Amino acid sequence: MSAPQFIENFLQALCAGLLTGILYGLMCVGLSIIFGVMRVINFAHGDFMMLGMYAAFYAFGALGLQALFGAAAPYVAALLAGPLIFVAGLLVHKFLVSKVTGMRGSALAAEGHYAQLILTLGVALIIQNGGLYLFGSTPVSIPTPLASNAWEIGPLHGDAITVFVNQGQTVSALIALAVVAAFVLFMNKSALGKRLRAAADNPAAATYMGVDVGKTHQLAFGLGVGITAIGGGLLASGTSFQPYVGLEYVIVMYAGVVLGGLGSVAGAFFGGLTIGLVQQLSTLFLPNQLQNTAIFVVFLGIILLRPNGLFGRVLRRT
Amino acid sequence: MSVDARAGLRRQLTLIALFAAAYALLTALSTHSYYQLILTVVPIWAVMGLAWNLLSGYSGFVSFGHAAFFGLGAYFVALAQIHWGLSPWIGIPCAGIIGGIAGLVVGIPTFRLRGHYFALAMLAYPLALLYVFEWLGYQELALPMQREAPAAFMQFADHRLHAWLALALLIAAMLLTLWVERSRFGVALVAIREDEAAAEAAGIRTIAWKLKAITLSGAMAGVAGGFYAVVLLVVTPPAVFGMLVSAQALIVAMFGGVGTVWGPVIGAVTLVPLSEVLHAQLGDVIPGIQGVVYGVAIVAVILLAPEGVFWKVRDMRARRGPRIPAPAAAPAAANANPPKTLLLDGDVILTVENVSKAFGGLQAVRSVSLEVKRGDILGIIGPNGAGKTTLFNLLNGFISPDQGRVLLEGKDVVGCAPYEICRLGMGRTFQVVRPFRRMSVHDNVIVGAYVSAASAGQAEAQAHAALARVGLLEDACRPAGELSNKQLRLLEIARALAGEPKIMLLDETLAGLGAGEVEEVIALVRQLAEEGRTIVIIEHTMQAMVRLVQRFVVLNEGAVLTQGQPADITRNDAVIDAYLGRKWRAANA
Repeated sequence: MSAPQFIENFLQALCAGLLTGILYGLMCVGLSIIFGVMRVINFAHGDFMMLGMYAAFYAFGALGLQALFGAAAPYVAALLAGPLIFVAGLLVHKFLVSKVTGMRGSALAAEGHYAQLILTLGVALIIQNGGLYLFGSTPVSIPTPLASNAWEIGPLHGDAITVFVNQGQTVSALIALAVVAAFVLFMNKSALGKRLRAAADNPAAATYMGVDVGKTHQLAFGLGVGITAIGGGLLASGTSFQPYVGLEYVIVMYAGVVLGGLGSVAGAFFGGLTIGLVQQLSTLFLPNQLQNTAIFVVFLGIILLRPNGLFGRVLRRT
Repeated sequence: MSVDARAGLRRQLTLIALFAAAYALLTALSTHSYYQLILTVVPIWAVMGLAWNLLSGYSGFVSFGHAAFFGLGAYFVALAQIHWGLSPWIGIPCAGIIGGIAGLVVGIPTFRLRGHYFALAMLAYPLALLYVFEWLGYQELALPMQREAPAAFMQFADHRLHAWLALALLIAAMLLTLWVERSRFGVALVAIREDEAAAEAAGIRTIAWKLKAITLSGAMAGVAGGFYAVVLLVVTPPAVFGMLVSAQALIVAMFGGVGTVWGPVIGAVTLVPLSEVLHAQLGDVIPGIQGVVYGVAIVAVILLAPEGVFWKVRDMRARRGPRIPAPAAAPAAANANPPKTLLLDGDVILTVENVSKAFGGLQAVRSVSLEVKRGDILGIIGPNGAGKTTLFNLLNGFISPDQGRVLLEGKDVVGCAPYEICRLGMGRTFQVVRPFRRMSVHDNVIVGAYVSAASAGQAEAQAHAALARVGLLEDACRPAGELSNKQLRLLEIARALAGEPKIMLLDETLAGLGAGEVEEVIALVRQLAEEGRTIVIIEHTMQAMVRLVQRFVVLNEGAVLTQGQPADITRNDAVIDAYLGRKWRAANA
């Protein structure tokens, strides 16, 4: 491979990595509210994202969005997926997850982490396999005209280098950035956001301060899966998916959240961004099929070497 | 082994024999090849459940990745038969070896993690392998039919033979589990599950037992995978490395109940036929019904009976029937008076030289030096945050000092693991009691006894002696979680004592005891010292300590404020200011 050729491939992968990474960042932000901040393990998080993808898919197809919004329809559908999955999350939390978290969780072994992990594994199996029945096993995607158009940057360096930037992905990434920014503002500035963080940080103390911790946790769980579902909805117009897709992303998301440092919503975004970059840049050296293997290896590396994230401090207690 | 234990073992073996006979008979009567297939698959998943249980059930390290071992076993058997013509009769044992090696290779880095991090990391291994095998072009491997000598390749015309073979594997796995459970191996694993740090301090080399467990567990899963390939004749990456494989292993075990040989068997016998039959009846209409069955089963277990069916039923029966208090059978060889160590009055057993430790900006222990003479009772006092417990943690190896030396009988133990220091003769108790709550009092103490015992019989005798010494013999069969605070304190002393330590570190052993109880425990500690053991005790209550110890070391803000005889210490102005306060001065002026 000649040098300009390699540079072109590198820039192309970098560009794709940034665009995918921003979407991963959005999904990680969703998980970080649940895992990073509340310290609840949701193994079914990828499957809620899958539900978000299908919610966007059906909203796009069935509601006549296309006539109303034209080329913007896939993005409107993706944003609609958020509230839908938010409600689903509230219900799952109320009837299942709340039984093994919060005050009840702290009575269980390992603060209920095993119970949460295994309970949500069950939820994941039900959603995946129920999805197989509801949605079928044929991969689908949301058709959008923008996804097949690209801006052309170049030619640079004489005629040697040209980079294509997919328009659909760029719009998705911009929307994702806006959602992340809005959410970070919400968490830091609004009274509700402050209550959320207080309830997560110290449930008992928050209770004494008059915060309804149960409700707040439920809300946080709904918000977490809802935000990730928007990420899924945005991803759905670029890639094809089937009901088992969640499992691949659950690793991506945990890798991002751990990398960014538990407890930091903004950190989770950059963690996700990094994972997206790693995934795309790995294609320069590895065959396409091993992209996911690369992510899993990176994930293992992160939790073995830096379990507190790249920026986290190491605390030890005996 | 005590009489009780032997009777229990005989009962278990009888039950396993009965189960095997019934299952073999059921198989013999089955006529339809579909039912014969189910009868073959049930023991395979039971073996997977037992493999998972051996690691996760006993040691508490929950694995989400047993598909890695299962898949490697399956692919090895398939590839070896396709490329080398290797018969599964040889291939399956090799698959076990490969699974075991994979377990060891995975365990070495992954056991650095705890809790849910361990579970999530384990998930990554099979998924990474799944894509690697797809990339290698093994999307679908079919085992070639052997027309010449089908039996040499386990390709029987009568499928009941497969079921019987699967049953034989299951019985082997059950016996293996039973052996682990009833040996030192099982006791060590359960101690790790209950409290890993306490287990390490009681002399258990935790990493070695965990690696043994994951190796054995991986080997069992590898065998199960290899046999699965032979039965199904087709191997695909999602079918053997997929999430459902790991999940099924976990779910059959948790459904039935973990930490027992019967749990995974109950889970497999219930769930596998249920999901298979539903799949056969409704699979066309509802694809994925199997996954839903397992999902619902595990959600129901977590919400309704987190301990699993086996324990739930046992608890219910125990509540209905009369509770039989199993009397502790005294081993004949029990030696109520532990051998006295040679009293060499005055020689120094423990030397601490200039030890310091900082946590970030906090200097927890600064340049502490002290000596402990053999047979001494040394008291360490100081206000909260003075660094007392940190000092103990530095002595027994939980943390390493930034500088300085710790000499135990002249040997520098800095950098040694807690279990090594324990084996060199240092026992300890904890400020907040750390019993292995779900183990019996007797089993708690026998963990400590294995430190110095050469055989199971000797460990039994030492544990018995230690229990007798602290007066807990009558409570030997109770779960440690039921004990009162005083009994827990005594249990920790007995656990440390059973290893026949030369020096014991007691961390606030008198905390939270009533006045009368304090007297009892003080009398015990004094006797232990008179028998030749060296004691270092941390305490808050000055009054009790003044009557117990021969010498005090006063810590303040991580440094030694002063040391000396009790009478001098209580009159020292610096001590009074830092620790005892003005009231003391006023009252004793």
